[in-house]
Amino acid sequence: MSTPLLEVRDLTVHRGDLEVLKSLSFEVKEGEIFGLLGPNGSGKSTTFSVLMGLLPAVSGQFFFNGKEVEGGSKALLRSMGIVFQNPSLDQLMSARENLEMSAKLYRLPRQKRRDRIEELLRFSDLIDRADERVSNFSGGMKRRLELARSLIHDPKILVMDEPTTGLDEGAFQRTWRRLLRLRKERGLSILLSTHRPEEAAFCDRIGFISDGKLVVCDTPSSLQSQVSGDHLNINLKSPEQAAMILKSELQLEPIITDGQIKLTADEGHTLIPRIVEVLPQGSITSINMTRPHLGDVFLHLTGEKLAEESV
Amino acid sequence: MNIADQWATISVLWGRDLSRFLRKPSRLVGAFMQPIIFWLMIGGGLTSTFKIAGAESLNYEQYFFPGVVVMLVLFAAIFGTITVIEDRHEGFLQSVLIAPGSRSALVLGKALGVSSVGLIQAIAFLALAPMAGFTYLSIDWLNLFFFLLLGSVALSTFGFALAWWLDSSQAYHAIMSIILIPGWILSGAMFPINHDNVTLSWIMSCNPMSYIVDGVRRSFYDELPLGTTVSNSLLTDLLVVIGFTLFSLVWANVIVTRSK
Repeated sequence: MSTPLLEVRDLTVHRGDLEVLKSLSFEVKEGEIFGLLGPNGSGKSTTFSVLMGLLPAVSGQFFFNGKEVEGGSKALLRSMGIVFQNPSLDQLMSARENLEMSAKLYRLPRQKRRDRIEELLRFSDLIDRADERVSNFSGGMKRRLELARSLIHDPKILVMDEPTTGLDEGAFQRTWRRLLRLRKERGLSILLSTHRPEEAAFCDRIGFISDGKLVVCDTPSSLQSQVSGDHLNINLKSPEQAAMILKSELQLEPIITDGQIKLTADEGHTLIPRIVEVLPQGSITSINMTRPHLGDVFLHLTGEKLAEESV
Repeated sequence: MNIADQWATISVLWGRDLSRFLRKPSRLVGAFMQPIIFWLMIGGGLTSTFKIAGAESLNYEQYFFPGVVVMLVLFAAIFGTITVIEDRHEGFLQSVLIAPGSRSALVLGKALGVSSVGLIQAIAFLALAPMAGFTYLSIDWLNLFFFLLLGSVALSTFGFALAWWLDSSQAYHAIMSIILIPGWILSGAMFPINHDNVTLSWIMSCNPMSYIVDGVRRSFYDELPLGTTVSNSLLTDLLVVIGFTLFSLVWANVIVTRSK
């Protein structure tokens, strides 16, 4: 078994009398996208703050490439590219100047600095607006610049705290296309925290974090398989009558919500033709099936609901 | 500790503050016009009633001039460091905190940036010295620059430590209103020490800003008008200002490196 790139072992953090992280352990393998999924206040940002040395821990260890390192140590920080949850850009400066300052902080030589900034401006599609003040940028552009800034020193692992908060669907998808490209082209590992199931679905492995504890850690598909049943939503003209037919003919337990019939059943795709067959012809206006998403799995395993954020 | 990493952090923060100051025309106009208006209004208003026993010929505009110079570095320190509160949680300082340079380099870089802004404003205002009755050649520029530089570094690091420690803009505003601004008023900037008022003269003697104002005031005169300074000698001013600078630097370093 290969040594994980980053390992967090038995991390415990107190805030006053409150234990906000309870012996949290996880690891990120080389080239892996690992996500911590949990609601706000579950301890995700605290974990990252300790990793960056911005918060003290009561106990716990960090290992980078198998070697023990201190949270926030310069050696660890040099290997990490960090995208903060809050903006960390100078709004009065241009995109190029922001990257220039970060490159200088990491002492990139002049020529390399110039080339790297050009490369990152292109990567983040900001080359045409490179000299414009950041305060004029949209939320999506700022996030792209944050990502570019975190890559300036060619880190081994990207640590991202809620990287797509506040982005619309288009920007969300573009961000993830970029991240997947980064992983593919550079073999970059990514550690991220999120409260969005649709974001966690992009990860290779996910750790569910609830009340400062890691509840489970697995691949999205394995986790999804822990909740049985597909969700079927049927829109039709007279739901009450249809519900009675479905109960008597197919022994199902339909629920009527907002004029729509909802069902949970195993192997939903085989059920759909039978439903269409037993209901009066022409009564169904639409029928769709969804697999349980990671939010449903999280609720099932922790009893806690993730905050909804529509994209 | 890698010196080059430290210098990288210092130079980035130093350059950043200067660049932010110079690129905003509205801020530049305000920074240069405000002290002139302040000096002319208060100086003009009080000149007919202001008299110092033993130095009756001294008009208020001239007396007040060194005080306004120190006010400029104080205001630059206040407005330059209050931004640290937001910047460290939701701004560029977050990325400096995780960069290879140390937190002490962060303190020094910020202090030099803010001080430079204050010094630029002070030097621009000093161009008006002839209007206050001083000639450029009569000014001891070396002494003046020394006190202004140390004074601005001291006040910037003091402001920085306060901002980091309080971590709240409201609290910083409160301290500014009850300590920093009154501290400038009671530094001999606006009126000289009155030994008949024991409490006030004791506060003025304990106030480190008094010695910055004294040191700056001494730079304008070969023979200082009687009763215009809090201290009796240049050496006292020098020692107190150096002590205040060191204290502020140490305090800011302790606050920043101990906090998480």
